Amino acid sequence: MTAAPRKKIALKINGVEQVHQVEPRLLLVDFLRDAVGLTGTHVGCDTSICGACTVMVNGAAVKSCTMLAVQANGAALLTIEGLARGEKLHPLQEAFWECHGLQCGFCTPGMILAAYQLLQRNAKPTEKEIRHSLDGNLCRCTGYQHIVDAVLYAAKAMAKKPRAAGRKSAARKAGT
Amino acid sequence: MPISKFVGARIKRREDPALIRGLGQYVDDLKLPEMLHVAILRSPHGHAQIKSIDTAAARQHPGVVAVVTGAELRDQIGTIPTTADNPTLRIPKHYVLAIDKVCYVGEGVAAVVAEGRYTARDAIDLIQVEYDALPAVIDPEKALTPGSPVIHSEWPDNLAFHWEQTQGEVENAFKQADKVVRQKLVHQRLAPIAIETRGVVARYRSAGKELTVWSSTQIPHLLKTHLANMLRLPEEQVRVIAPDVGGAFGSKLNVYAEEALLAWMAMKLGRPVKWAEERSENIRATIHGRGQVGEVEAAVKKDGTILGLRYKVVADIGAYHQLFTPAIPPFTGLMLSGCYRIPAIAIEVRAAFTNKMSTDAYRGAGRPEATYVIERLMDRIGQELGIDAVKLRRKNFPQPKEFPFKTATGLAYDSGNYQRALDKALQLAGYDKLRREQKQLRRRGRYLGIGLSTYVEICAMGPGFWEYGKVEVGASGLVKVFSGASPHGQGQKTSFAQIVADQLGIELDDIEVIHGDTGIVAKGIGTFGSRATAVGGVAIYQAAEKVREKARDLASHLFEVDADDLVFSEGRFAVKGVPRKALTIQQIARQAHSAKTLPEGSEINLSADSTFEPANFTFPFGTHICLVEVEPATGNVEIKKYVAVDDCGKVINPLLVDGQLQGGVAQGLGQALYEEVVYDENGQILTGSLMDYALPRAANLPRLQLARTETPTPVNPLGVKGIGEAGTIGSTPAVVSAVVDALAPFGVTHIDMPLTPQKIWRLCREKKPAPAGRRQ
Repeated sequence: MTAAPRKKIALKINGVEQVHQVEPRLLLVDFLRDAVGLTGTHVGCDTSICGACTVMVNGAAVKSCTMLAVQANGAALLTIEGLARGEKLHPLQEAFWECHGLQCGFCTPGMILAAYQLLQRNAKPTEKEIRHSLDGNLCRCTGYQHIVDAVLYAAKAMAKKPRAAGRKSAARKAGT
Repeated sequence: MPISKFVGARIKRREDPALIRGLGQYVDDLKLPEMLHVAILRSPHGHAQIKSIDTAAARQHPGVVAVVTGAELRDQIGTIPTTADNPTLRIPKHYVLAIDKVCYVGEGVAAVVAEGRYTARDAIDLIQVEYDALPAVIDPEKALTPGSPVIHSEWPDNLAFHWEQTQGEVENAFKQADKVVRQKLVHQRLAPIAIETRGVVARYRSAGKELTVWSSTQIPHLLKTHLANMLRLPEEQVRVIAPDVGGAFGSKLNVYAEEALLAWMAMKLGRPVKWAEERSENIRATIHGRGQVGEVEAAVKKDGTILGLRYKVVADIGAYHQLFTPAIPPFTGLMLSGCYRIPAIAIEVRAAFTNKMSTDAYRGAGRPEATYVIERLMDRIGQELGIDAVKLRRKNFPQPKEFPFKTATGLAYDSGNYQRALDKALQLAGYDKLRREQKQLRRRGRYLGIGLSTYVEICAMGPGFWEYGKVEVGASGLVKVFSGASPHGQGQKTSFAQIVADQLGIELDDIEVIHGDTGIVAKGIGTFGSRATAVGGVAIYQAAEKVREKARDLASHLFEVDADDLVFSEGRFAVKGVPRKALTIQQIARQAHSAKTLPEGSEINLSADSTFEPANFTFPFGTHICLVEVEPATGNVEIKKYVAVDDCGKVINPLLVDGQLQGGVAQGLGQALYEEVVYDENGQILTGSLMDYALPRAANLPRLQLARTETPTPVNPLGVKGIGEAGTIGSTPAVVSAVVDALAPFGVTHIDMPLTPQKIWRLCREKKPAPAGRRQ
């Protein structure tokens, strides 16, 4: 069981170009947390059920516990840390705060990014559509109702200001 | 209380800004210099002798620093503690790693310490263990029958403890009964599944003899005491820090093997160590909840009066006791009276060792079981006597003037108005209209069911468990609040600040709430049993009151007036009749930090601490109503409406209370419909990942309609009762009741949880529906 030679990967994380040498078997989530130091992406189940590890890869929400870091070579990633623009929170972050969409906060980064993808694809989702699209993200604290409220709240806020700075900036960082 | 500006207000959480940016600090986010990683080899057998363990290959693996086995630790680390005062309790030695024998799948057998997380995990696979498999004991009822294999050979059988209590004329009640209604009930095992699994980091600094343990725990102070005992260290050398904790629900109200093991490794190796639990480990080796099988019988009069009740239950406690394992089943016994007048109650608990993970406190801890028993029984009585569920409950409620209401189980319910919560829920749900709709739709072959649960629960643990709080106004005017409670998602950084802000008349932004570090908070117990606000919050309230009175004394000195001549209003002490002559507490604090301005002999600070131990528990209550539609062709259950009216006394922050309820209801509903930890006959766990253990998802849940009544408790000066577990306790029976009601035309009177589509589909195929239009 000797370690395989490390591979070089170059990628953009939250708008910053980075180059790393990684073990081929290194999971993307462990890469982000241990090598890059972005610990906002969490591991909740190891089997891509809970969605706590959700990040955006080239504009699509991906469960980073089931993707290898080497597969992200050349990609543009957005993690929870890249969503706000300085002090200015993304409307989804504002909404989760306003609507009490989190308790322990552990599922929150993944939940916010799953919702981020939804709102990119469907700016005016119904409650049913929100519940359906968050099916891959588990929360044990909230019972989801305040999360659903938060996504509705954010959708409304973003519809009022379609060019919200946070959103644009995040989209730029994610390469979309 | 003085004028309330913040208490009762919907205040956004102060915890959130970091968490929504991904800047929380959970245990696994910690990175210390020179830190090593730990992985644990766990038993693949439910019950087996360990013949040999060969660790040679693992030790030689590049990057491995150490491998340890149970035998090496026998004299190094004490056994895992349990607390209970039951004289029949049998406590098997529970080592941090198994020595001769494994008693459940997931029990730790050896541990590897390595330079990297992946390396440690690789080396685990290089350890060779030879086992001799033994017959496994899985069914708790069979475990107590003669001839069952015995798990712990120190004793002749698998009885872990026995507890019984009889109050009132039980035999007489059954003699006088018009009817005896019986029901067997299974409370399946559940996995708590906090989305953050457990994790531990330990560091030892030999120079100062400082052991610091970061753990994802609900009880840093209790853990500190137990770790010191297990490691035979003076308590002063141990510091426990609970950083951000990603949910717990009782599963982190414990002392686990890994906490002591990692502390020992850090001391032994002189380098920090980290262990982060994998989800499959979490399901195998973190406590489970529930796990009771019982039979209840009620002696009733024709008119629905309940004369007496008997409950015999077998508790499936698993292979060993964890911290509160033996305390949970008696809780079920204490709460059996529910919110009804029942003059005679007999309970018998027999707890069985089985080859499984221990059961212990999981959200509700004994009360969901009790509520399920009494609420299912009420439904069964209604069915047998032909009395409507609502009428039957009303008939047996104690009236508001009867509080404190003494139950036949020996409790005194503090305050209550069960009728009011029920009425409000019926009205909100449009109960009568739903019944009419149900009737109409049945004629068309659609099966709607309406379920009802009127519950009362016990929380705010003490008496016997105090909590500590301290309030300190700094020279800058910033107020620090220290609490021995250890919230992990509940939001007390916000609600405690609200309490203090009102008491001292200052703004929330000037208050910082600190908890979860035994090095900073002098003492404490922790967060569990819905106690943080009703016990910990009261300690904070009292400490703030002391600070305010200290400030009054200082103001009296500074103004040179009698303390009685001062009035406190909107954060200012003013001289009566001279409103301009006034100082805020923060202005007084500045003066209090200068000896020159102080009266002789007084201390230079403006701080006070307090402990609060309530004289009684509090008893929140409420009514939950659930409307389901069952599809016989698929067995699918759709929750169409859910109404919950809960009464937790005074509310500090309605946003947080709603959040607790919504999450609680989701968990209760999870038990009713989806969740179960399944072991096969060999003790293999068949629900070992979240692919098999089904949690409620966003799309499974309806939008809840929540409302409240407010009946303050006289037990504490805030009038607050606790809301952490009420949702879980109230919801499970409401859902089951609704599904059973929907299937009444099929002759169904009860179904054991979880009510999976498969179970319902099968029932519907076995039984033909009664002609449309008939209710039963």
